[in-house]
Amino acid sequence: MKVTKTKAFRIFFTPIWESNPISGQILGICSALAVTVQLKTAIVMSLALTFVLACSNLLISLMRKLIPRNIRIIVELTVIATLVIFADQVLKAFLYDISKQLSIFVGLIITNCIILGRAETYALGNPPFHSLLDGIGNGLGYSQILITVGVLREFLGAGKFFGFQVIPDAFYAAGYENMGLMVLAPGAFIAIGLIVWLQKTVSKE
Amino acid sequence: MENLVSIFLDSVFVGNILLAYFLGMCSFLAISRKMETAIGLGLAVTFVLSITTPLNWLVYHYLLAPGALAWAGFPGIDLSFLKFIIFIAVIAAIVQALEMVIDRYLPPLYMALGVFLPLIAVNCAILGASLFMVERNYNFIESVVYGASSGFGWMLAIITMAGIRKKLRYADVPKGLENFGISMIITGLMAMAFMLFSGITL
Repeated sequence: MKVTKTKAFRIFFTPIWESNPISGQILGICSALAVTVQLKTAIVMSLALTFVLACSNLLISLMRKLIPRNIRIIVELTVIATLVIFADQVLKAFLYDISKQLSIFVGLIITNCIILGRAETYALGNPPFHSLLDGIGNGLGYSQILITVGVLREFLGAGKFFGFQVIPDAFYAAGYENMGLMVLAPGAFIAIGLIVWLQKTVSKE
Repeated sequence: MENLVSIFLDSVFVGNILLAYFLGMCSFLAISRKMETAIGLGLAVTFVLSITTPLNWLVYHYLLAPGALAWAGFPGIDLSFLKFIIFIAVIAAIVQALEMVIDRYLPPLYMALGVFLPLIAVNCAILGASLFMVERNYNFIESVVYGASSGFGWMLAIITMAGIRKKLRYADVPKGLENFGISMIITGLMAMAFMLFSGITL
């Protein structure tokens, strides 16, 4: 059997493109917009979220037979909050500047609907290995959109890529100007709307 | 007093919790299809925000902040890393308690808000407001004003959106841009309009 036909492969790759958590399932948009002014913060946020999502899916799946149905939400939230505190402390210890820029958005991973959504719909009913793959897959799907928006906004808004200037000074001298709108909030909304349009048009064909 | 007015104006218009900080987007997109439900959710968010933000202020400043436990004889303890888990627990508990109180004493209000209250526990606007309150070092009175006015700003945004979406039903939107795509672009234009208020100082 080819690798691409196995169940594990499908679980891993469907959320990256087809049923992408942001553009397909419309989950977890809050943080996707706020941290994408620069590519650096977008990548750190993606890593933090993928980590939390993979671990929470794994842990909840391991405990799925022990969690009583009535109090499952609070158990899930406790698991997620613990992982988020862990991620936040690691960021504060090793990447202090970026964690200052991300400000409250690391904490808001707790209420990111992707995580609770995957825990509810997937991890509670599936074995640990598949849940782990589902978590990583969804995390990467989220990262993919975040990084695309991050690249776009940093390039158009500041003329930079990863903090390095890519638009030559000659352009500025000739009258080129950065698109200030992209750095502000409205730019994020519009950029994400257009990216989703593109993705939907491409994937339909 | 001037300070409080400027917090109010800032969190309703310029620093609108939804349009400038992107909080509460999920329910904003899901619930803005109908005007009545948008008003209901908007009221519920305002209500819960005005209670939880000051309450989390008390919790943070008397239990969690560095040195906050001095009244209990432990001045050296810093529990601020626990704020995420404690805040979310406070919010979930308050939402649950409010639901029961409203159901018991104010049945008409419960009819209007009841279905929305459980949704709110995981609305990032609520947790976000508490975290911003800590980060910006508001005092107690400021946190009351901040909570209520950011709720009001959120309500304003969702009601406007519901109004626009109602008209949008008659519009001819390109394929692929329907629903999600066009809502994001409309929100972007709305955010631009709200930003016009920046630069107004009292």
